[in-house]
Amino acid sequence: MTFNIYDLTSFNQWVDKTLYDSLPAFWAMIIEMTLIGVAFLLFYALIGLFLVYAERKVCAFIQNRVGPNRVGPYGIFQTIADFIKLLMKELIPINKADKFLFNLAPFIVIIASFMAIAAIPFGLGLHAIDFNIGVFYVMAVSSLGVIGVLLAGWSSNNKYSLIGAMRSGAQIVSYELSVGLSMVTIVILAGSMQLSTIVEAQRDGWFIFTGHVPALIAFLIFIIASTAETNRGPFDLAEAESELTAGYHTEYSGIKFAFFFLAEYMNMFIVASIAATLFWGGWMPLHIGGWAGFNTVMDYIPPFFWYMGKTMVVIFIMMWFKWTFPRLRIDQLLKLEWKYLLPINLFNIILMALIVLLGWHF
Amino acid sequence: MEDLFIISDAIQEEEYIINMGPQHPSTHGVLRFKVSLKGETVLGVEPHCGYIHRGIEKMCERLTYQQVIHLTDRLDYLSAHINNEAVCLLVENALQIEVPERVKYIRTILSELSRLASHQLWWCAFGMDLGALTTYFYGLRDREPILDIFEETTGARLLQSFNCPGGLMNDIHPNFIKRVKDYIVYFRKKLPEYDELLTGNVILQERTNDIGFLTLEDAISYGVTGPSGRASGFACDVRKHHPYSAYDKVEFKEILFDKGDTFHRYKARVEEMWESLKIIEQLIDNIPEGDFVVKMKPIIRLPEGEYYQRVEACRGEFGVYVLSTGDKYPYRVKFRSPNFSNLSAINLLSAGHKIADLVAISGSLDLVIPDIDR
Amino acid sequence: MNSIITYLKELFGGIKTLLKGMMVTGYYFVHPRSIITQQYPENRKTLQMFDRFKGQVSMPHDENNLHKCTACNICEINCPNGSIEVISKQVEKADGKTKKELDTYIYKLSMCTFCGLCIKVCPQDAIVFTPEFEHAVFNQDKLIKTLNKPGSSLKEKVKEPINII
Ligand code: SF4
Ligand code: SF4
Repeated sequence: MTFNIYDLTSFNQWVDKTLYDSLPAFWAMIIEMTLIGVAFLLFYALIGLFLVYAERKVCAFIQNRVGPNRVGPYGIFQTIADFIKLLMKELIPINKADKFLFNLAPFIVIIASFMAIAAIPFGLGLHAIDFNIGVFYVMAVSSLGVIGVLLAGWSSNNKYSLIGAMRSGAQIVSYELSVGLSMVTIVILAGSMQLSTIVEAQRDGWFIFTGHVPALIAFLIFIIASTAETNRGPFDLAEAESELTAGYHTEYSGIKFAFFFLAEYMNMFIVASIAATLFWGGWMPLHIGGWAGFNTVMDYIPPFFWYMGKTMVVIFIMMWFKWTFPRLRIDQLLKLEWKYLLPINLFNIILMALIVLLGWHF
Repeated sequence: MEDLFIISDAIQEEEYIINMGPQHPSTHGVLRFKVSLKGETVLGVEPHCGYIHRGIEKMCERLTYQQVIHLTDRLDYLSAHINNEAVCLLVENALQIEVPERVKYIRTILSELSRLASHQLWWCAFGMDLGALTTYFYGLRDREPILDIFEETTGARLLQSFNCPGGLMNDIHPNFIKRVKDYIVYFRKKLPEYDELLTGNVILQERTNDIGFLTLEDAISYGVTGPSGRASGFACDVRKHHPYSAYDKVEFKEILFDKGDTFHRYKARVEEMWESLKIIEQLIDNIPEGDFVVKMKPIIRLPEGEYYQRVEACRGEFGVYVLSTGDKYPYRVKFRSPNFSNLSAINLLSAGHKIADLVAISGSLDLVIPDIDR
Repeated sequence: MNSIITYLKELFGGIKTLLKGMMVTGYYFVHPRSIITQQYPENRKTLQMFDRFKGQVSMPHDENNLHKCTACNICEINCPNGSIEVISKQVEKADGKTKKELDTYIYKLSMCTFCGLCIKVCPQDAIVFTPEFEHAVFNQDKLIKTLNKPGSSLKEKVKEPINII
């Protein structure tokens, strides 16, 4: 067995082989699934804690503040303390709420965000399932979360929640289009829906460089639309705290609120990693054709770090958006989608198809 | 309890009532809007006030004129100095006392500093209402040095009680002039940033332009004064038209627009910050020497009669009405608070717009709740 | 054609204003030196309040434990909130005369609005504002303070007592 940080395929195969050799096939499969599940749960929790901390620090620096700095050095344990606090808080029962749906909603939100992780390639060989329709799967699964939001708004028996949920519904239905179409642009360029193939196709240059203008436009649209899809500012109309107090999760407290909170950050992480995978080459190191020396140096950085680095940059851009812009109004939000993003996107797809047909890309 | 939730007219089909406040992030205090909605469209807004009523006018009837001053701080706490000044001017005018030039200059400078601080706080809160949370910290950051100036000279950051009939409680601090000059240089650099961050922003433009029109006629009949009224073309600047203190010695522009929508109310305030800077600049270098107070009798008795004094507070015309029977206590005190009149226009402004616009409109009126309830 | 030009103009104009805003926030993100937050409990030792800061009313005593208050009650009358209570006692002097002297000077911090009238009217300048600001206590009774120190007495004849102001 070889444990190679640059290529984990052989390691995975070794684990797989040992398990199947020593155990009946059924149990080996169960154990493998549990292992992956536990790994993802851990990853999920760590990323969630880290992102909350990062967001607070980023927004603090943008706002000329210091940010959390009490718990631990530079306040790095702040989110853990917050999490413990949330765990211990009372779950306030809501009168006349639809109990079943009310309790179900946070789980739907969090499961939807959890499912999408499975298909994301974190590195060479670090890939739970490599669907041949990976792009399609990620898109479908990550938009399931809106059902949870709608349920939460409906079952809370609160007008603010209901308005928030309705806004969220309208918003996701329209922005899903833009997210999908901008992904389609890249699918056209890559000629495949399999995420591993898409990453592999970017070995000699990321799509954002090789795809000319259409890829750039698709990237911008993807960032805007996915910010809207994750309900983050400036598109956070569903929670709009100055209008609807806390929107759809007004009535939630304690750990159920924490689920919504965590899901928001995980969704952000997922769309950022999709953006990194589709446009910036996922775990692929930065290669510039002809510069052999430069390319070898880049190859020394393990793929996982490339992947995380790119994702974090995208996340930072999304945070930067949130802490700069005022919120849109619901009709302006829809106008932005239907008047600007969608037509540009359709035009962009045609452009990309032409480029691919004529072979103008690198 | 049930009838509390029914707006005056019978509820129409598909209409529902939502209760914004008294604990709501966008009302900036304990104000309650009863909003009737159809979908997201606002059909009517009914403001309910009184949650922070303290009976200040009644309390004033058992206080001497010196003691009344500290209560006026607590009306519109962001223009505390200006409110103090109104009572002092009233007493001085009634007794026909001429205060030293030095007092007039210092009062004017402090008033304009209050106005700056107040408009900064409004700017950051307005940004926050629209969802741009970062503006809040930039505004507070720039307001901090002004509060320091106040603290050094008057001893308090917000509720200064620095005026007294006949002058001021104390002379200015030796550092005062230097600090104010430094601040003007500092803030002249920061103010364009406000425009870059918020004013020019296409989202803000979209959110505020053509929203919440207030016509000149309505502004006059509702008594909407201050920057909100001037955005509709209502030339109501007391500093310009009935100058008091040192306002007749300075040159400044009365900011007037004629459109009267939310964006112009916003614009009027940002422009006023520039004008305030100009006023301070003209005065700070030539504060005359002299006493900071004239000796008054320990017990002030206003001659029998009615008195009214108005000043331009940060949000509009602030008036004090006193009915005196020649006693050492006023017989009746009435404050004409600008926010109360400004609030009354909210239904007119926001009917037909979205909930998000209601938040923007009430933000652009810059309401301070303790001033409404008194 | 014209409409397309307006459309594009709107689009790019809008993007430009957004970028401008992002420049401002981005500038502060990379300039952490512009942070002005004070680390309060840590900087307690170096924290300098302004000398005029109205923290609380207090009565200065000199090294012989003497204060200047003649218990004339003027401050009590002038306080709009009734936060001062001057309790005086009759003291027999060596020459047989009785004289009014300060017994306890009660100051209720919780009722004080820091208007400064008491300090302004005091003919003896016996009370001043001091800049303490950490007034948090667990029990409201602790906010009722006695300003004259135990065993203190009047500093004789500093200034002729005159009337208010
Ligand atoms: S006014 Fe001054 S001297 Fe008179 S009781 Fe008060 S503190 Fe003492
Ligand atoms: S500062 Fe004002 S409220 Fe406080 S004790 Fe003195 S007179 Fe009373």
